Amino acid sequence: MLDLSQHIERRITDAEILLIGCSAGGFSLVFDMVTYLPGGFPLPVIVVMHRGKNYRSSVEALLQQKSQVRVKLAEDKEQIRRNTVYFAPANYHVLAEPEKMLSLDASEPEHYCRPSIDVTFKSVADVYGSHVIAVLLSGANADGAGGLCYIAGKNGLSVIQNPEVAEVRIMPQAALDRCNPDLILDNEALFELLDKIAILHNIKL
Amino acid sequence: MEGSTTYTITFNELNELTELVYKIYGLDLTGYAKASLKRRVTRLMHVKHLPLFDLRSVLINDPDFFDEFLAGITVNVTEMFRDPDFYKAFREKVLPYLASFQRIKIWNAGCSSGEELYSFAILLYEEQLYKRAFLYGTDINTRVIEQAKKGIYNLRSMKQYSENYQASGAIHSLSEYYIAKYDAACILQKLKKHTLFSVHNLVSDGVFNEFQVIVCRNVLIYFDIEQQQKIIDLFYNSLCMLGFLCLGSKESLRSDELKNRFRIIDRIENIYQKIA
Repeated sequence: MLDLSQHIERRITDAEILLIGCSAGGFSLVFDMVTYLPGGFPLPVIVVMHRGKNYRSSVEALLQQKSQVRVKLAEDKEQIRRNTVYFAPANYHVLAEPEKMLSLDASEPEHYCRPSIDVTFKSVADVYGSHVIAVLLSGANADGAGGLCYIAGKNGLSVIQNPEVAEVRIMPQAALDRCNPDLILDNEALFELLDKIAILHNIKL
Repeated sequence: MEGSTTYTITFNELNELTELVYKIYGLDLTGYAKASLKRRVTRLMHVKHLPLFDLRSVLINDPDFFDEFLAGITVNVTEMFRDPDFYKAFREKVLPYLASFQRIKIWNAGCSSGEELYSFAILLYEEQLYKRAFLYGTDINTRVIEQAKKGIYNLRSMKQYSENYQASGAIHSLSEYYIAKYDAACILQKLKKHTLFSVHNLVSDGVFNEFQVIVCRNVLIYFDIEQQQKIIDLFYNSLCMLGFLCLGSKESLRSDELKNRFRIIDRIENIYQKIA
């Protein structure tokens, strides 16, 4: 089992939301992580994945069948709930409103990406402050690095997939070059982190 | 990211800025979704190199800056035939119905620089409905309205727009509708003849005509739920009976009361018809 300092465990216990960002090479890992989440998962999860702009995905429907948590596309002005995984829809950024609702935004792409991981990570950090766990996985550009480091700067828990094991290392490496993420995890440890989140929150309950 | 902290604004500071803008210019931004607005203001601060203190003082002291501010905080990203599937649905499910109307008045609310409105002009033209049609484009921004009136776009964007047009079930080539001059694409006069662009604020301005079609795509998402509902009421009151309302693919009618007054024409593309 993942061995974490008390300090990190404390921050996991304090977290109110989990963010996952990925691009090329990270999709199947994200799908495995989502289907791995136990029913009653204590946090809401927002997944930002780069995808083609006119791509109508049925991935969420497929994942919903295989998952123990709710899986859906993020909708505009939707209340953010625990035990739910929200995927950013193609061609829209996902933002967090101060009332802990989601907003969609069709403004300029960032790093040529819409949805952009940076946009969501920064917006969620502005609302949830330090109570954020953000995980950046494999990807072929630097989107997400700025957002992850922004979260780290606000004392949220910043996590990257070890670039050595990432299918495409550019994205996690960009974060590593820019700041010191709290945790650099191999794939197995990423799943153990999900276990930890569930366990630590249930203990609190 | 150097000096990025200089160009940040908290939600509290954003509220203060909103109050300031209302006091000086009478523009009410309270119904805007805070997260998007915050992102817009932060972006403007970056682009103009204005930390919050300077942004406030230039707003107070330079009335000419206000247009620029307004253009900066609203989203003006648009394309011709953006979301080709939407246009395809409109072509197949709405146009045949419109052919039975004597007059076809279309309101494109939040028209930005006009690309969407000219896309509708093309659809109507191709169905031989343009003679009977009139297209009104409105936006809160004076600047984009001026661009829309000109109908001159960057020639380079036409490649993407042509792809969109083809994917929307095109029967011609997009190049038949503009003249290329140097690096500009000028929309043909025959498509501009029945168009009118003017400034209209969806928050503070009311009904100004009765329409057979209202198109307002990717505008509602920038408002909070309450304001979205007020705007949809405005659309309801501006539509003739059996008129059509087209929203963005991620926008909806929200209230059950309104859902009873509209029939769904296309669930995925969010096209509705007023039936009560």
